[in-house]
Amino acid sequence: MISLKTLAFALGVTFMSTAMGTAASAQSMECGNDTLCRVKAAGVLKIGTKDDYVPWSYRASDGTFKGMEVDIGKKIAEALGVKAEFVKVTSANRFEFLAQGQIDLMIASASDTAERRKIVAFVHPNYYSSGYTVLLPKAVKATEWSQIAGQTICSVQGAWYNKPAQEEFGVKVLAFAGTAETEAAMAQGRCIGLLEDDNMINVRLSSEKWADYQMPLPIQADTPWGMAVRQADQFAPFGYFVAGMITEMHRDGELLEMEKANGIKNSAFLIKMHDALKDHIN
Amino acid sequence: MITEIQTYFRELAASGINLTIFYDAFDFDRFVTGFGNTLLLILISAACSIALGAAGAAVLTLGRGPAPAFIRGYVALFRNTPLIVQMYFFYFAVGSIMPVGRNELGLPQPLIGSFSWAIISLSLYAGAFNVETFRAGIGAVHGSYEEAALALGYNRRQAFFSVTVPLALRFSFASLANNLVDLTKATTVAYAVGVAELLYVSNQIWSDSLNTIEMMNVMLVIYLTLTAAVVFIINRVEAAMRLPGFGLGDGQ
Repeated sequence: MISLKTLAFALGVTFMSTAMGTAASAQSMECGNDTLCRVKAAGVLKIGTKDDYVPWSYRASDGTFKGMEVDIGKKIAEALGVKAEFVKVTSANRFEFLAQGQIDLMIASASDTAERRKIVAFVHPNYYSSGYTVLLPKAVKATEWSQIAGQTICSVQGAWYNKPAQEEFGVKVLAFAGTAETEAAMAQGRCIGLLEDDNMINVRLSSEKWADYQMPLPIQADTPWGMAVRQADQFAPFGYFVAGMITEMHRDGELLEMEKANGIKNSAFLIKMHDALKDHIN
Repeated sequence: MITEIQTYFRELAASGINLTIFYDAFDFDRFVTGFGNTLLLILISAACSIALGAAGAAVLTLGRGPAPAFIRGYVALFRNTPLIVQMYFFYFAVGSIMPVGRNELGLPQPLIGSFSWAIISLSLYAGAFNVETFRAGIGAVHGSYEEAALALGYNRRQAFFSVTVPLALRFSFASLANNLVDLTKATTVAYAVGVAELLYVSNQIWSDSLNTIEMMNVMLVIYLTLTAAVVFIINRVEAAMRLPGFGLGDGQ
């Protein structure tokens, strides 16, 4: 008798969840290609972000996502009235994740380049900016890129600056899957320094752990970072919504606040954007 | 000729199939380097793992005292843990306690690089499987052959190397082909420790040019060709050593 009851209960649950599922999918089907409508119907905004990029996006000790890009993502989801769901992406797979629909919005410290615009659409204005340079131990007395030509430097696989650094300055790049591996490899002397974006190095240098390091080489190729949506969403409600959110966050100084809250020194790019867009009345 | 090929693939890129490796000199160079490193990884670790497997199987059959127990421990350890874990263990854990030299800037530099660690790790991993392959081959040779050799005045060691081993080898080919095909595919794991092999360079190329689908297809074709070549070579060796009644011997 118990088993019959359990069976009936299980059937009931299955039926109910099927019915609910159908209702939700019917709602999202009415949306067609409108991502904004689909996100609101589902009640969840799937945001792709990295999990090893302190302090922009990383996992806290309790496993949740934290950082400046996560704060931005939460703010956008909150304005939409939906829940933010963060999906871990890497430099090497983030564009495919977006193009194939595993995520709807990518906030993953991606530089806005012409090559990448062929695959996804970057939402403007840009929300951040960075160039690349090398974190070197103070023992290395180099001030020009030409002085480290032929040396091995560690980097993350898929980073856009791996190719120009090799092509233009003749350094050898030893790339690993994540930042933790690159640090371990440098600690063991497998490379003389870390090839990274200048923001990241600035954050490292502000902590005691990196007291014996510096970034003496000129910063190369300062490129803005962009949030990305699928190309079909760029000139559609979803793209316009995200663009408006970024503009407003530049205008009211919220991005500058978030930077401070995450322990990053206010960057020149954000200050410039805030000045350009700030309210003329006050 | 080269410019014609480049022009063709540039035009192909405009139509949506972007194979940068055929028209971008930088991408071409690193792809060739990657392919070369993959070939080296396969050749060197295949040779080392076969030697290791043969030695291990010989010790298991002939050895006394602690040596066979040591080999059994090695097989258990390397066959039962994931390759990528072993690779990380060697590179980051064992590598950190190895002696270091000094480079020209006066900074410490490890003497064993990522390529060497990948070879060591792949050889030990595939070697563990080869020990079992050769042990199975030896087990498949009927005891009467060894007894006949002993009756003719061979000692145990001579009987093993002159009679059992040549016959056992013929029973081992099918399983050995399996292991070497697996090793060929396993070389991709070396990308985790920064060896510039095929997967590593392809990953870099598709990150720069965003031609993931094209590069994935190129990789599939190359690995299919490589494994086919490995199987072909083993089949040729097997056919050349064919002895009716021992092993499959038909080079299937």
